Parts: sequence; C-alpha cells; structure tokens
Amino acid sequence: MAEQISTPAWMNEPGKSDSLSMSAGRSRRESAVQKTIMGMSEAIRESVFSERIAARPGLLQETDPRIKTIGLLGLLIATSFLHTWYIVLAIYGLTLMMAFASRISLGFFIKRVWLFVPIFAGIIALPSLFNIFRPGDPLLTIWEFGGELTLGPWSLGTSLAVTHQGLKGAVLLILRVATSVSLAVLWALTTHWADLLKALRVFLVPRIFVLVLSMTYRYIFLILGLAADMFTARTSRMVGSSSPREDRRFVASSMATLLGKSHVLSEDVYSAMISRGYTGEPVILHRFRTVAGDWLWLVAVILLGVAALGSDRLIG
Amino acid sequence: MAEQTRENHTIYSIDAVEYRYEDADALSGINLSIKAGESVVLLGANGSGKSTLLKMLDGLIFPTGGSISVFDAELSEAALKNEGFSGTFRRRVGFVFQNSDAQLFSPTVWDEIAFGPLHMGLPPEEVEKRTEDTLHILGLEHLRKRPPYHLSGGEKKKVALASVLAIGPDVLLFDEPTAGLDPKTESFLIRLIVQLTAAGKTIVTATQDLRLAAQIAGRVIVLGEDHKLAGDGPAAAILGNRKLLLTANLIHDHPHRHDDIEHYHPHSHLKDHHGREND
Repeated sequence: MAEQISTPAWMNEPGKSDSLSMSAGRSRRESAVQKTIMGMSEAIRESVFSERIAARPGLLQETDPRIKTIGLLGLLIATSFLHTWYIVLAIYGLTLMMAFASRISLGFFIKRVWLFVPIFAGIIALPSLFNIFRPGDPLLTIWEFGGELTLGPWSLGTSLAVTHQGLKGAVLLILRVATSVSLAVLWALTTHWADLLKALRVFLVPRIFVLVLSMTYRYIFLILGLAADMFTARTSRMVGSSSPREDRRFVASSMATLLGKSHVLSEDVYSAMISRGYTGEPVILHRFRTVAGDWLWLVAVILLGVAALGSDRLIG
Repeated sequence: MAEQTRENHTIYSIDAVEYRYEDADALSGINLSIKAGESVVLLGANGSGKSTLLKMLDGLIFPTGGSISVFDAELSEAALKNEGFSGTFRRRVGFVFQNSDAQLFSPTVWDEIAFGPLHMGLPPEEVEKRTEDTLHILGLEHLRKRPPYHLSGGEKKKVALASVLAIGPDVLLFDEPTAGLDPKTESFLIRLIVQLTAAGKTIVTATQDLRLAAQIAGRVIVLGEDHKLAGDGPAAAILGNRKLLLTANLIHDHPHRHDDIEHYHPHSHLKDHHGREND
C-alpha cells in the first residue's frame, strides 16, 4: 500500500468563507510594464491579422510578389523625385484606388497611414511653415513684433507669419511621406510575410538574411507569448497591486528567465534544422509564377511613374 | 500491438555508451542493437536519459564514452562533418521532437514540410510533389499557407510529423509523441506509427506512457533511474513485468476511490485508468 503524503496543517485547513464583496480599498491598476508587454504582443498579433488581408482575393494579392515589389518600389522612388504637390496627390489617389481594388477597407487603410504621418513628417515640416525659419512671401501673419526682433546675432524679422513657400514645401513633404507610407503599407498588407521575404531575393538580399528574418519574426511572436504568459501567471497569484519598483524588478528577473528559455529554444531549433539536413547553407524555394496580368500591371505602373515624372518636369 | 513484419540486419549498434552532462550522468554503460523494421519503445521515468539516447541516435549529441554505429558505419561528430555521410544519414533518419515549437521554424506550414526535401538537394518539382503528398496524407491541405503560431497543439504535432515524413526516412525517432495531445490526434498518431512499422520502417519511440508502448511496441527497452539498461525484451514480457516497471519508476501504487471504497493498484505515470492525463 502506498504511503500517505504528509502535508502541513495549514494546507489542510478548510477555506474561510469570505464573501467576494467589493472592498473599500483602491482598485488595482494595470501596471505600465504589463501594458507594454501586452501591447507589444497585441501589435504583433495585429500584424499577423494583416495576413488575412493578404489572403483575400484582390488586385495586389494576386500579383506576383516580385513584380509587385519592383512596381511599388519604382513608384515610391518616382514619388520622392516629384516637386508638384498635385502630381504627388494624384499618385496618392492611385494608392487609394489600388487599396480599393485589393479589397482593403479604405477607412482602415487611410487611418493606418495618417496616424503616423503627422507625427513623423508633421513635426519636421511644422517649423518650415514660418518665416522666422524659412524666409518667404507671407500668407498669413500671426504676430506683428512692432519692429525688428533680434535674438543674439540672428534677426527674426518684423512679424511671425506662415509663408507661401513654407506651406507649399510642408504640403509637398507631408504628401510625399503619406504616399510613400501608403505604398509600403500596400506592399506589406497584400503580401504574405513569407512571400514578402522571399521576394527580397529579387534584390539579391542574401539567403541567410531572408532565413534569419523569417525565423526572427516567428520566434519574436513565440517569445512574446512566453513573456505574456509569465505576466499572466504572476497576475493570477498576486493580491493587491504591485509598485512600479516591484514591476521593474520582475521585468529584470523575467528577462533573465526568458533569455535562458530562448537560449534552450534556439539550441532545440538548431538541432531540429540539422536533423532535417541543414548544413549552414540555407535553400529557399520560390514558387512564384508570373502570368501576363503581372507584366501588364508592371508596365502600367512604370508608365504611370514615367508620366508623373515627365509632367512634373514639364510643369516645374 | 504492432507485429514485427520482418527481421533484418542491424541498423544501430550501441556499444558501452556513456553520456555525462556537466554535473550528472545521463546514460551509463548502454549496450543495445536495433534491427531494421523493429518498433522499439524506450521506456523510462523523467530524467532516465531516454531523450538523450534518442538525440544520440539522431547524431545531435555524441557519447562521452563508448560508440554508436549506424548502417554499418560509426556515427560520430567527425563522420557527420562529411557531406556525403551526413546527407545520407539525414535522409535515412528522421526525428520528431517533443517540443513542436522548436521543430516548426519556417514561416508557413508548406515551407516547413518543404524544408527537409529542399535541404536534401531534391529538384524543386520533387520537393513540391513530396510536400503536396505529405500535406494530403496528413490532411493538412487547408493549413498550407498558415504560419505555425496559428495552429493548435495537435495540428503543430501533425505538421512536425509531416516535416519529417516528407524526407522519406527509413528510421523514425519519436520523443514523447503523444504528450499533451488530444485523444483524437493521439489515436491518429498511434495508427500512423503502427502503419509505418507495418510498411517496414524502423521506429524508436521514447516515452513513459505504458499505454502507448502497449499499442506500438514490438520490443521494449527500459532505462532505469540509475541511467542504466534495466530491461530489454518483447513488449508483452516487459510490460507484464510489474516488478521491473515498479523499480524503473514507471508504475506506482496509486490510491483510488470508487464511491466509499478506497483501493490501491499499480498505475502508469501519465494516464489514469480513465485514460486521462495526470500530469
């Protein structure tokens, strides 16, 4: 007969019949660290979610990834050479049409692009609007100084005004950035991540880079999942809230644990690769096949790019 | 129980093999031979060294003492550095890891299955054919474009298995193949192992699940907690040897309550008598 396991007395005590009523104490707030980890995990899931768009039938989804990469990159380069804002606007309009033809919700697409453009391009473009940074013909005077204002050796002029040239420059910059970001977003949204990386081989990106990039993407997701699980396990055992100091300490120790876990995982992954014949020289198989439609799309995009550059040169 | 369909030549000869991790023995004085077409189960409690032995059979780690030969040639680090040897060995021996997440490193299921054949240097048409065939056999066609993180545990195990089967190995090594699987996937896997054995493949499975051993093994090898060989023989004889299984910590007297009556009888580690997992 098996021996009984001896357990300490406290473990055998019946549970207290405390009711689950709300206490008068403070409600627990989610820690900033936890929010960040969960947010990162969610952001990666979001990018996985975008694979659903890549799986839909649509114009760009059905275009050969290599042709699509060349075409969109060509348009992006052409955009950066344009000086006329309404031609850039026309290219932006073209990206919207391509998004529509690729069955991407326009609301989602526009939001995805314009959420970041004001942050990155807007901040850079903002000072150039004003005459104190870039002299030009005043369009809207904001403040008359009542005489010339100087700051040490620098003269700031007699008024603060938005200039005609400044506005034109800022609009052009913002439009260029928005169009370029739209083209990049179109590329990423309509291509499976695996195909997207393989398409990089067109530009002679070494195979080992492609392999490492694709594995990084896969394991970031796995390791973030591990990190999120560690936080969830901690939360399930926590009574009350933890201080930011305790959170930071937990992050430091969990980073070490994660590093250990990822090291073990990397050894296992390498063993699994070796076991299936990997000898240090990756082999990547493209299964891309171009059809007449792909070439037609590429010719149309190149013609549009050339037409945009030509008319820009003529007008400018 | 799987039937031994043919008795053939020796595939593995394991001679006085020792393996030592930095601070502890993992295997000590192991002498074994495995013949072609056998379905061998390596039984042992946690930490007995069965996974270590399996990794050695796949040439992923090497004995710190003794030697292993495979297909009449020595299996050593130096031999595996030879392209001809390693190419043939990797084509003939496949390993299904316990942790499917370690085995599934490619961006999609299709790429995962194609990885082995591709690295064996097969022409692209043959790689495509094998990948499609394997997807079909395992019923994974609908998952071909899915990334591994979108898969359930059972699906991951099937893809891991597919990635090895696509190579077409003669010898298949399984590390705890049914751990953590749902009953349906487990039953599928057991049927497949039995079928592969009947087709003449050599199967070596490391497990501590006696129920699995009873279903797939023709021969059972028991590793003791002292990391030595504790038993080796036909499955029926070994699995019926209660004393041996108790000594190797593979069964223990486990109390059960049926209504008001508590009684004790021997149990394996992983399954209770309702077939559910205990740990």
